[in-house]
Amino acid sequence: MFKILKRKDLADTIKLFEIEAPLVAKKAKPGQFVILRIKEGGERIPLTIADYDGEKGSVTVIFQEVGKTTKDLGKLNEGDFISDFIGPLGTPVEFPHHKRVLAIGGGVGVAPLYPKVKMLHNQGAEVISIIGAKTADMLILEEEMKAVSDQLFICTDDGTKGHHGFVTDVLKDILSKDTEFDEVIAIGPPIMMKIVANITRPYKIPTMVSLNPIMIDGTGMCGGCRVTVGGETKFACVDGPAFDGHLVDFDELMRRQTMYKSEEQKSLALAEERGEHKCRLD
Amino acid sequence: MPVRLKKTEMPRQAPEIRRKNFKEVALGYSVEDAVKEAQRCLQCKNPQCVKGCPVGVKIPEFIKLIAEKDFYGAARKIKETNSLPAICGRVCPQEEQCEKYCILAKKGEPVAIGRLERFAADWEREKGIEKPEKPQKLGKKVAVIGSGPAGLTAAGDLAKLGYDVTVFEAFHEAGGVLVYGIPEFRLPKAIVKQEVEYIKSLGVDLKTNHVIGKVLTIDELFEMGYEAVFIGSGAGLPKFMGIPGENLNGVYSANEFLTRTNLMKAYNFPETDTPIKVGRKVAVVGGGNVAMDSARCAIRLGAEEVYIVYRRSEEEMPARLEEVENAKEEGIIFKLLTNPVKILGNDEGWVKGIECIKMELGEPDESGRRRPVPIKGSEYVIDVDTVIIAIGTSPNPLIPRTTPGLNTQKWGGIVADEETGKTSKEGVYAGGDIVTGAATVILAMGAGKKAAAAIHEYLQKK
Ligand SMILES: Cc1cc2nc3c(=O)[nH]c(=O)nc-3n(C[C@H](O)[C@H](O)[C@H](O)COP(=O)(O)OP(=O)(O)OC[C@H]3O[C@@H](n4cnc5c(N)ncnc54)[C@H](O)[C@@H]3O)c2cc1C
Ligand SMILES: Cc1cc2nc3c(=O)[nH]c(=O)nc-3n(C[C@H](O)[C@H](O)[C@H](O)COP(=O)(O)OP(=O)(O)OC[C@H]3O[C@@H](n4cnc5c(N)ncnc54)[C@H](O)[C@@H]3O)c2cc1C
Ligand code: SF4
Ligand code: SF4
Ligand code: FES
Repeated sequence: MFKILKRKDLADTIKLFEIEAPLVAKKAKPGQFVILRIKEGGERIPLTIADYDGEKGSVTVIFQEVGKTTKDLGKLNEGDFISDFIGPLGTPVEFPHHKRVLAIGGGVGVAPLYPKVKMLHNQGAEVISIIGAKTADMLILEEEMKAVSDQLFICTDDGTKGHHGFVTDVLKDILSKDTEFDEVIAIGPPIMMKIVANITRPYKIPTMVSLNPIMIDGTGMCGGCRVTVGGETKFACVDGPAFDGHLVDFDELMRRQTMYKSEEQKSLALAEERGEHKCRLD
Repeated sequence: MPVRLKKTEMPRQAPEIRRKNFKEVALGYSVEDAVKEAQRCLQCKNPQCVKGCPVGVKIPEFIKLIAEKDFYGAARKIKETNSLPAICGRVCPQEEQCEKYCILAKKGEPVAIGRLERFAADWEREKGIEKPEKPQKLGKKVAVIGSGPAGLTAAGDLAKLGYDVTVFEAFHEAGGVLVYGIPEFRLPKAIVKQEVEYIKSLGVDLKTNHVIGKVLTIDELFEMGYEAVFIGSGAGLPKFMGIPGENLNGVYSANEFLTRTNLMKAYNFPETDTPIKVGRKVAVVGGGNVAMDSARCAIRLGAEEVYIVYRRSEEEMPARLEEVENAKEEGIIFKLLTNPVKILGNDEGWVKGIECIKMELGEPDESGRRRPVPIKGSEYVIDVDTVIIAIGTSPNPLIPRTTPGLNTQKWGGIVADEETGKTSKEGVYAGGDIVTGAATVILAMGAGKKAAAAIHEYLQKK
């Protein structure tokens, strides 16, 4: 059992949990993730390691409530336990020689972006960051990102904060004046990563993305997480989740993510129905 | 009285009923059945059957005890050499092993050794297994990686010898293929659970959720004070065919399909949270146990038509005979001498069919089986909306990659001595599918046993 040490609500549907997992915390590196299962009968879901503290023995995850499992998770509080917490999984990312990086995070994708930017910053690289969300209330890790970025641009789809529009607008703008980047790192919804990759391609700037296909084991034994990169099949959980964005087949990724759409709705509907019954009984 | 030529039948759920549930298919012998079958055994002075058993179960002896109605005694006799009889009695390919060599097989059917083994083990389990005595501790720590049959057996034997054993398992549940692969209707998970509990009652510390190579490396285990390590991490990496369309929605590896179904209990969805997509028509590619299990799960999950697509003929099928028969009774359609060449998708990227080519058997290949060769121009399409690829698995490179000094074969298996499990790295032993490639439960167990003995010898000298 793994204890929730801290809970912080970053937005209405976005939550931060600090979870006690000393062994995972000791080994975690930027770019890695965990798989957790709340309880018996629950689904195994992957979440990126957003931060870790080896001394305290804790791992931070930030998640958005999108379906049954993330909503169940959002109901837990400090002091509660989750039954399974497995990691650190995936291949860590390293940028030993990078001097100047452009980092782009969309929505809850800012969470996996943060540890990478922090690492780059601590290595002495210059980082320009662009983070975006649907609306100001859903913007996460603004202060944290500011602390590790040399410049921070903010965007909201509805204009409630920063630039009114998409992170990709700001990206285009920057690249039109300045293309001296060792790498562009983009993490967010697949469609955002796809557009970023399309924008950076003509400039030939290496572009790293982090993929989020449906996973089960996270150790390479099911192949459910397979993605096509440069015409080859890769297992995102072991070969990634970070890949060269110019080589990723994003359309396939997006198609495969919808594989259980009707089942996911059914699962959520049942939970909500039961939730209601409970309320009435109370 | 002349010996009866036929095995005593074992009652089974009727096909029309069992294809709609995940309950066990074979119901096991009654006391009368068991005694009657045990009486068929000739108690050979030089029993050939024993030679066919990879762990040398004392077959005539345990069968005699059943005939004498000493069922406890029978169970204990089996357990002298096989610590998981309830499992082996159910899943061993007996027709290839013990029963193949039974003298009665020359004229009729062999003694139903597997069924009798299962009977004795079930009888003991139902009456309650005696609590094992806690062995004298030696004060030495041994780590076991993986909780499949190889790991569980090694852990149990080492604990009985007095070692402090810790088992590290990547999944949230122990049992390896026994829990994530082999379905409930063939091997009830309660049985596996009981075996795991038994191992724990010997004092073994079971740590699930530990992916070795990620959270800890083997070198770190040594630093933590473990004096020897047994690797029983199995051959869990799925193979795909490399044909067009394999990443369409609706294409599964058998590992994923079975893990969702068995380990994650997707057959109870939405009561459990992990979904599975079965579709109306399913093609399973392959001819082994994994293919049969996938096909039979698909039927139970509600598919209307399920095909086994296999490139050789029935004779070459590696699956257990009994399960091939069960599958046929359940209505699985066998497309033999047929090989997929392409998976076809609709506009939205979902499977709509599988294009296959007919095969004929040519000259024998390296494996001694006749090589299937495609018949030119015989391509045709089977309409399906789900495809499950069950053409084999290979070892996961996670451990070898993170363990300097551990030698592997070209195909990824760990190099280990057949008799001792000793690897190229001091203090590290390995056995089961990680060494042999996908094989059988009993071979994995046997390897775990030999390695435990070798580890004991090594640590005594150290
Ligand atoms: C490597 C990786 C890192 C991730 N990191 C984060 C993170 O830091 N924060 C965050 O909020 N989300 C993250 N995700 C996505 C997160 O795993 C899904 O949002 C979650 O599984 C949804 O589960 P659900 O039951 O709440 O929703 P559902 O209703 O079941 O699904 C909603 C959508 O989530 C995706 N999804 C469903 N099940 C899985 C699964 N088992 N594995 C992966 N995706 C699934 C599907 O695309 C689905 O359409 C990550 C995914 C991956 C693969
Ligand atoms: C669907 C299916 C049906 C089968 N049917 C039969 C049958 O009827 N009869 C028969 O005799 N055989 C059958 N087999 C084969 C048999 O199950 C295997 O040969 C046997 O289980 C191998 O045992 P093992 O202990 O070597 O490995 P496994 O049972 O594969 O166990 C390995 C364990 O190690 C864990 N692991 C892997 N990597 C790590 C890591 N890095 N850190 C920690 N833990 C790790 C895995 O999660 C797993 O639990 C079947 C196999 C399958 C897949
Ligand atoms: S363990 Fe398997 S091979 Fe050996 S006697 Fe039992 S069923 Fe036969
Ligand atoms: S060979 Fe057959 S008849 Fe002879 S002892 Fe073995 S099981 Fe009995
Ligand atoms: S999640 Fe199973 S192989 Fe990647």
